[in-house]
Amino acid sequence: MSEPMSALNGAVSDGFVSIREIGPLGMVTLRCKADVKALPKAIKAAVGTGLPALRRVVVEGDRACGWMSPDEYLLVMPYKAVPDALAAVAKTMGKEHHLAVDVSDARAVFRIEGAKAEEVLAKLSPVDFARLEPGELRRTRAAQVAAAFWKEGEGYTLVCFRSVARYVFDLLATSAKLGSELY
Amino acid sequence: MSTRLAKGGRLIDRAAALEFSFNGKRLKGYRGDTLAAALLANDQMLVGRSFKYHRPRGIVAAGPEEPNALVNLGSGGRLEPNQRTTVTELFDGLEATSQNHWPSLEYDVGVVNNYVSRFLPAGFYYKTFIHPRSFWKHVFEPVIRQSAGLGKAPKDRDADRYEQAYAFCDLLVVGGGIAGLQAALVAGRAGARVLVLEQNAHWGGRAPVDGDVIDGKPAGQWVDEAVAALEGMETVTLRARCMAAGVYDHGYVLADEKVADHAPGDGRPKHRLWRIRAGKILTATGAIERPLSFAGNDIPGVMLAASVRDYVVNWAVSPGDRTVVVTNNDDGYRTAIALREAGLAVPAIVDARASPAGDLVARARALGLRIEAGRGIAKVKGGKRVTSVAICLQAGEGAVIDEIACDAVAMSGGWSPVVHLWSHCGGKLIWDMEHACFRPDPARPPLNHDGGALVVAAGAANGAMTADAALLDATAQAEAAVAALGMKPKKAKAPLAEAVVEGPMEAVWIMPQGASIELKSKMWLDYQNDVKVSDVQLAAREGYESVEHTKRYTTLGMATDQGKLSNINGLAVLAQALNEDIPQVGTTTFRPPYTPVTLGALAGEARGEIFQPLRRTPMHGWHEKNGAYFEPVGLWRRPYCFPRAGETHEQAVHREVVNTRTALGLLDASTLGKIIVKGPDAGKFLDMLYTGVMSTLPVGKCRYGLMCNEQGFLSDDGVVARIDEETWLCHTTSGGADRIHAWMEDWLQCEWWDWQVYTANVTEQYAQVAVVGPNARKLLEKLGGMDVSKEALPFMAWADGTLGGFPCRVYRISFSGELSYEIAVPASHGAAFWEALHAAGAEFGVMPYGTEALHVMRAEKGFIMIGDETDGTVIPQDLGLDWAISKKKADFLGKRGQQRNFLASGERWKLVGFETLDGSVIPDGAYIVASGANANGQGNTQGRVTSTYYSPTLKKGIAMGLLHRGPERMGDVVEFNTVKGGTVKARVVDPVFYDKEGEKQNV
Repeated sequence: MSEPMSALNGAVSDGFVSIREIGPLGMVTLRCKADVKALPKAIKAAVGTGLPALRRVVVEGDRACGWMSPDEYLLVMPYKAVPDALAAVAKTMGKEHHLAVDVSDARAVFRIEGAKAEEVLAKLSPVDFARLEPGELRRTRAAQVAAAFWKEGEGYTLVCFRSVARYVFDLLATSAKLGSELY
Repeated sequence: MSTRLAKGGRLIDRAAALEFSFNGKRLKGYRGDTLAAALLANDQMLVGRSFKYHRPRGIVAAGPEEPNALVNLGSGGRLEPNQRTTVTELFDGLEATSQNHWPSLEYDVGVVNNYVSRFLPAGFYYKTFIHPRSFWKHVFEPVIRQSAGLGKAPKDRDADRYEQAYAFCDLLVVGGGIAGLQAALVAGRAGARVLVLEQNAHWGGRAPVDGDVIDGKPAGQWVDEAVAALEGMETVTLRARCMAAGVYDHGYVLADEKVADHAPGDGRPKHRLWRIRAGKILTATGAIERPLSFAGNDIPGVMLAASVRDYVVNWAVSPGDRTVVVTNNDDGYRTAIALREAGLAVPAIVDARASPAGDLVARARALGLRIEAGRGIAKVKGGKRVTSVAICLQAGEGAVIDEIACDAVAMSGGWSPVVHLWSHCGGKLIWDMEHACFRPDPARPPLNHDGGALVVAAGAANGAMTADAALLDATAQAEAAVAALGMKPKKAKAPLAEAVVEGPMEAVWIMPQGASIELKSKMWLDYQNDVKVSDVQLAAREGYESVEHTKRYTTLGMATDQGKLSNINGLAVLAQALNEDIPQVGTTTFRPPYTPVTLGALAGEARGEIFQPLRRTPMHGWHEKNGAYFEPVGLWRRPYCFPRAGETHEQAVHREVVNTRTALGLLDASTLGKIIVKGPDAGKFLDMLYTGVMSTLPVGKCRYGLMCNEQGFLSDDGVVARIDEETWLCHTTSGGADRIHAWMEDWLQCEWWDWQVYTANVTEQYAQVAVVGPNARKLLEKLGGMDVSKEALPFMAWADGTLGGFPCRVYRISFSGELSYEIAVPASHGAAFWEALHAAGAEFGVMPYGTEALHVMRAEKGFIMIGDETDGTVIPQDLGLDWAISKKKADFLGKRGQQRNFLASGERWKLVGFETLDGSVIPDGAYIVASGANANGQGNTQGRVTSTYYSPTLKKGIAMGLLHRGPERMGDVVEFNTVKGGTVKARVVDPVFYDKEGEKQNV
């Protein structure tokens, strides 16, 4: 079998911040109501994190769980860990109504790194970064397409749909061109 | 002669000389100059021609209100028409050319219009070009279009780039004069997040030029200290060269930052459009001086008084040795004093008021300046340049008392607060009798979501016309704004500006007040559009009472400056002519943008490769490398066909169809929508969404389904697979994936919120390949890994497994009528899987095929296509799809709609096939003609073609279409109209042209 390939095969671009496509990254969409008792256990079993609060993401090493909507969570993990995570969710949730589905290949993931990473995103997303709280995951748009991002380490991790990976990469690279810093 | 003075110029750096050119002439200026200042320093007063009469036009103002001094800036990819020289910062190598003249600025043929101006009155276009009717399109319009417009639209692609950015703040301060800076200080000290925008490159506005003294310091020093203090505040951002263009609901503001206008080609974006969300907006946008209406007030050398002062003080530019000041207020005296202090002559101050008095008048007297009180200008003399003014009594009719030789005239008709941003969202104005101007009515501000004021005005923009009043007003307005934002302003004393006692101004709308029609025909209100006092009065006589109608009839205020100088004067003249008060006549509507915003900034980064998101499948790179000809499908690009060397697209499509039907074809079907639907109520849910029954579909099987909207019209179709007891996978059309997913969520979230169903759109999780043709099974068996035999995987079944080591889900479905497998693999393996199929398929004659071959093959099979056979007015029954509509179900979306008598009627146009008698292909979009004509005299129709192709399989034209009672008319011959005229005859046949029994796909 071939090795899984991310949409842009790890494209990079350096401007006043650096843009890297990472992945493929393991991702699972988990749909379940927040008050289902088994949910925290299922998330713990799948990615080892707690249940994220409203608009938050909990990061534990190379795994994470993000709040996406009142009944949707995003589980993040290494690509190869997805089958085990799905099995763990299925086992823990048992007969509880839920939907867990592998979306690793439906996504492209970027790292935006550098002291002025926020300035690149502020050109594309209507987000008030001064009010973005620690551990906040923001579902928004990057120019004309849907995107979500959160702060992680010295930069941001941004997720978008795979089919528009090239568009989003070009947007980020254009916005990061030297000399176009905002502040 | 206008020239550069030997000393002074607070904004220029004499050590940094810059070269630029005007109409090819090489000229010199300094860093800090505006283009207008540099032109004046080089005695280039004449800069353009007016729009209608082609009269010589000179620089009038020193700011964004400038109506005349517009130029073509740059060339090629950097050509920008209609650039205001008064706000264009000079840079080395700047190229400018003048506009609206032929053959040259000095000798312009169009000026003949000037001599026939009595034949070009207000409403000229409306009056002249009405008759004869046919002349408008063929004679008048082309001629007017030829002569219209000032600058020429650039022909080359813009060489620069642009971007946009978002910003958020508690208080947005627009204007970096002393009022804006003071407001920002108040808000910043209170801890508010403040963003301060200033359209110019420098801070402080007029105060340093006007010689104001604040807290005992020269205004310039106070400004420097204020800017330094603001820069030191963590929560305050200052942004110069940034013009707030428009205020919109909920505190949304667009601002245009001229990032690199003054340094073209340095790699930075030329402009940046800021999209700001502000808690509150404080406009400290100052005021604009008004011209006076006297005969010849458009002759080059006649300028606004304060602008003359700006040129002298800011850029050390003299407009001429001798400047006559004409005014109706004390501020004009500041210009006389500034000129005198710069060593220039002021032959007279012509003051319309009978007995001027005040500190400034006294100073002028002390300087020995000649004051002509109660006088006005009867006429300015000169052609391309002022040579003298004739003086008369303001109260009289223009009899000349005296003539004074001069090189320039500085006029001041009073000041109008810049109320544009206040007005954009509905802020109302009141008439200020004292200053004869409209100013914001604090009782009727534009409102925010909470009913509070969205905008507050401060300083001169709020009618506080002197420095001391402006600072007090700015402090009070900012404190109130901060308090309204829920913050506490720090107690601090407002800075005190030294008060200057000014006498009252006197409103003067026509000079002299009893001027004859000859004089009024030379009094310009709107310089750019050539609207005179006589035009507005004529409009009033002809019955134009509304200011909005008069504006459009005369074109007053409709030029690129949007009437910044002409509005108030024009409506005052209209009010007089109508015998009404000015507030009753009112103003025209202020709309964004405040000054023009270049289209590049509005487009931002969206150009070239990132003009629009382009969706790519995992195999997109392979398609590109292999010469695919793409077509857009939504935002996707899908291969239409894969032409080989020497092949037309049509030939390629035919080859792909024949090869697929006889050997093996591969289709990239990744764009097909794939939605997972899971839950205890998922079956019930799908039974509501689809016209057929999905709940009874066995695990491991597929079923074709139709979705309708509530009205009963066909909306989408696709194959549904039952994955497990609680899970279905719904395929949608490529264009329908997002729409159908949203449709599902809409019903689940808003209507059936208690049903236990979850959905997930997994369209992009999978690369999907249709392996089609008699050799399809051989290829899969060669790859190996799972049983794909007829017994193990019969038609309309699916199975999970591996093929050639790739994890996959294989669906036995066919949209072509051939033996066909649609294989989904994780998108990360899509490219590799596609290549593996090609490599292994070589011995079976594999070829990729595109969307057009897909269309031809499905049409040969009589399969419908959403968007071809449907257009939002077609129900499944029209298409003979009754078999896919459950008769047993109590309800489904669209069921009631389809029972409405018009849809249930037997008289509808229904789907049939067509074969032309001569074998030709029916043109796309053709109608089936019927006898007679309708009420509009149009020929009647009885149907239309929906899909029409040349069938390479059957070697003739085939078509599907909708025909009145079609299925009852098999064998009839009908006529389709054609593009060329005439008709083509076709026989009504069954829409399934190929393998009606379905033997080929079921092997």
